[in-house]
Amino acid sequence: MSTTVEVRIKRQDSPNAPAYWTEFSIAYEEGMNVISLLQAIRRDPKDKSGKSVAPVTWESSCLEEVCGACTMVINGNVRQACTALVDKLEQPIQLEPMSKFPVERDLRVNRQRIFDNLKKVNGWVEIDGYHDQGPGPRQDPNDQTTTYKYSECMSCGCCMEVCPQFTTLNDFMGAAVLGQARLFNMHPTGAMQMGPRLDAVTSEGGIQDCGLAQQCVKACPKHIPLVEAIGQLQRDITINKVFGALKK
Amino acid sequence: MSDKRVLIVGGGLAGLAAAMKACELGLEVDIFSMVHVKRSHSVCAQGGINGAVNTKGEGDSPYIHFVDTVKGGDFLADQPPVLSMCEAAPAVINLMDRLGVTFNRTPEGLLDFRRFGGTLHHRTAFAGASTGQQLLYGLDEQVRRWEAQGKVRKFENWEFTRLILDSEGKAVGIVAQDLTTMEFKSFPGFAVVLATGGPGLMFGKTTNSTINFGSATAAAYKQGVWYGNPEMVQIHPTGIPGSDKLRLISESARGEGGRVWVPRNKGDKRAWNEIPPAERYYFLEERYPLYGNLVPRDIASREIALICTKEGLGIGGRNAVYLDLTHRSEEYLLKKLGAILDIYEKFRGVDPKKVPMEIYPAYHYSMGGLYAGYEADATGRLLKDSPQNQMTNIPGVYAVGEADHQYHGANRLGANSLMSCIFAGLVTGESVAALAKNSKTAEAPSSLLESECKREDETYKKLLAQDGAENPFVIHKELGDAMSAFCLIERHNDELVKLQGMVDSYAERLKKASSLDKSGSGNMSAVFLRQLDGMITMAKAVVDAALLRDECRGAHSKPAFDNPAPSKETPIEDPAWTAYYEKFLAQTQTWLKTTVAKYDPSKSHPTIEYKDVDTRHLSPEPRDYTGVGKKAWKKFMDNRKATGAAA
Ligand SMILES: Cc1cc2nc3c(=O)[nH]c(=O)nc-3n(C[C@H](O)[C@H](O)[C@H](O)COP(=O)(O)OP(=O)(O)OC[C@H]3O[C@@H](n4cnc5c(N)ncnc54)[C@H](O)[C@@H]3O)c2cc1C
Ligand code: SF4
Ligand code: SF4
Ligand code: FES
Repeated sequence: MSTTVEVRIKRQDSPNAPAYWTEFSIAYEEGMNVISLLQAIRRDPKDKSGKSVAPVTWESSCLEEVCGACTMVINGNVRQACTALVDKLEQPIQLEPMSKFPVERDLRVNRQRIFDNLKKVNGWVEIDGYHDQGPGPRQDPNDQTTTYKYSECMSCGCCMEVCPQFTTLNDFMGAAVLGQARLFNMHPTGAMQMGPRLDAVTSEGGIQDCGLAQQCVKACPKHIPLVEAIGQLQRDITINKVFGALKK
Repeated sequence: MSDKRVLIVGGGLAGLAAAMKACELGLEVDIFSMVHVKRSHSVCAQGGINGAVNTKGEGDSPYIHFVDTVKGGDFLADQPPVLSMCEAAPAVINLMDRLGVTFNRTPEGLLDFRRFGGTLHHRTAFAGASTGQQLLYGLDEQVRRWEAQGKVRKFENWEFTRLILDSEGKAVGIVAQDLTTMEFKSFPGFAVVLATGGPGLMFGKTTNSTINFGSATAAAYKQGVWYGNPEMVQIHPTGIPGSDKLRLISESARGEGGRVWVPRNKGDKRAWNEIPPAERYYFLEERYPLYGNLVPRDIASREIALICTKEGLGIGGRNAVYLDLTHRSEEYLLKKLGAILDIYEKFRGVDPKKVPMEIYPAYHYSMGGLYAGYEADATGRLLKDSPQNQMTNIPGVYAVGEADHQYHGANRLGANSLMSCIFAGLVTGESVAALAKNSKTAEAPSSLLESECKREDETYKKLLAQDGAENPFVIHKELGDAMSAFCLIERHNDELVKLQGMVDSYAERLKKASSLDKSGSGNMSAVFLRQLDGMITMAKAVVDAALLRDECRGAHSKPAFDNPAPSKETPIEDPAWTAYYEKFLAQTQTWLKTTVAKYDPSKSHPTIEYKDVDTRHLSPEPRDYTGVGKKAWKKFMDNRKATGAAA
């Protein structure tokens, strides 16, 4: 096992500055992941040639792959840095910011778009009030197994990074947001509020922009059945249309 | 109506619960968070949330939950807030269910509950093994709903740096910094809620998230908010050693039958599966027959640490013991613990369904926090709609969640934190609404807003210009190593004195540190100088308070002052019991007090004072998790009463 880890990082000093690459050579320790490489750099911020450079900026929080913060492109694959073990990566390890979201600095990007779209699809269950109303509706444990899967979505954006339809130039909401719309449609109370949600899902930037390329499912670290969600949403939309027309 | 704006700093469970309640009560809210609120530290919680819903026919009740919580915290928690929390807990869980949290279900479609440490009841609701994440998302969605209605503005990727107080000392706003543009801005508001989580990073590598600097706590503390029980920090018995963080295996692994053991013979070099059952030492089960592997976490942590450091029985002589689930079927484990076992496998590369995990205690949680007050009603519960509930000593400044000092006393029971965060968040929403109604809300003069903002900007510019030889991240590593070595599992006064000196030296070195990065965009290093200063400031409070408290209480373990119970074989007539109880009462007299640390700008260390604990419902008694000694205590107290000595 080599005693150093070779890393190439794509950097950018500010949102509009040009990107450039810096190479680092870091002392190897057992059990390292990409986060611990970045931590090692800031304790001794020098590039491979020994020149002092600014420490690298990145985003992280949980370090347990449940918050989604540390998502970046590692050796060409979008994933979480906190679960990227050095021993399993080919060197030089190449780190780049996600490309579908604006870069703020180095490896940190602005993913506000995801949260704006969650707002757009009424990504919540509306209840009458936060006072005590007794237990919620009973739910089949099998349904819980399904909904739990969807509710593990940590808004990391991997599914958007790989989606050919999701670009910086359009406003497609992306697979995760469609998955969340599906989640709220499955909830007994959320289902009562399906109409407006489906309208949002079919508005501009909605489900019709999906080309069913299925890249999203492969990239999702939580294995969320995104294509199934998209299919089910389309069925719900059709049913809703028919019933909507009948009601008129 | 900008004067009715509440400023909520922190978007974890506590901050979001406060925000949604405040919105429901007609207020408008600004939320500040260092990361998108959905990425707050609360997502890490795996195991579950406590509430005595009693759906398992066990006769559980909120009062029993209350007793467990107070006893678990070694009586250091003020009781009115705890009682109110335990009584409200079933309704809070039902509320979260109605909000769409994907809790696990029974075959009948009801909420499922599991057992957690420190209780004999199935009281813990859970959503897979990511309960904190699921609860946070439930609240995040509600706050997003209010945001869509224009009631909430979010400032994510912003760091709070300062309270703005008017000439009477009341909160009228805050200053915060945008962590991308690095610009400061003042925000006016009639109340400030600090829901900023725990300060774990002062202990270096811990189970906490990388944003748990405690920087907001430190800023408020430096401006005069008291800090309660700083020395009370909790270790998690089941941490997994890692290169960047200490991940944990949730206590639910013990709850689902996980057994803790070490080879019985010192120096046993065999692989785990070559050690026959008779040569495995299930030390928790043998030493605590009633609770077994589910003893409260402080006891578990200490036993695990001691069996390695003092008895030398750690696996291969290392600081590690086995946490073994391999006797359970893979199917069962997948269903009940899938997500957390995944974590272990992901980070250690070993399948815990087939091979026992290796664990060791890690810093986990702070019971101490910003001093949060309350107002009790005649029945000894929180007075509903009192603006005092969760308010700190500074008018208009509230503390809530892990950032406050209430609810858990000297030790927190597993799965009680998520409950205290949401419960107290909802209470805080009501408190600020009451404050808005009852009092003339202070208006922030714009000159004050401007000058405070300018002041913060100038302070930051000085940090940015700092160019010494020291690297702040290196100082941080040393701080964390020192705090973990000398102020965590066991505390000894000589070591604590040494540690005080070390912490002082880090403060000195920090002055000679470089900001490393001169950029005006997304600069993590210059702000780290401020964050590290906050950690050192709070570390002083922790160490000083730990040094002063000469006793063992809850998570604070100081062996030199221990008052061990006589062994369970001791007959109750034995005078050892009387001596033990006399000492216990004397200790209660001196030390059953809330530590209050106050920042003193004229000194480099805090002023430490003590306040009485509100024990109106339940009188202190010695902890007894071994199931014996209860009778002896009763006899002792009866005798005292008979002789008129009882207070
Ligand atoms: C690994 C792990 C597992 C756990 N499991 C359980 C469990 O099973 N059951 C249980 O009850 N408890 C558990 N806990 C404890 C529990 O998760 C936490 O105590 C709780 O989530 C804290 O929530 P909070 O709302 O107080 O703060 P946090 O969720 O920590 O949120 C703090 C917020 O404040 C913000 N913030 C901080 N400083 C600033 C600043 N200066 N400016 C702006 N914003 C700031 C952050 O961005 C964040 O939004 C666990 C803890 C850990 C570490
Ligand atoms: S199916 Fe294809 S186009 Fe549709 S969201 Fe997934 S990756 Fe994008
Ligand atoms: S669906 Fe999967 S990939 Fe997409 S944001 Fe959610 S967790 Fe990430
Ligand atoms: S830091 Fe949370 S997913 Fe990696």
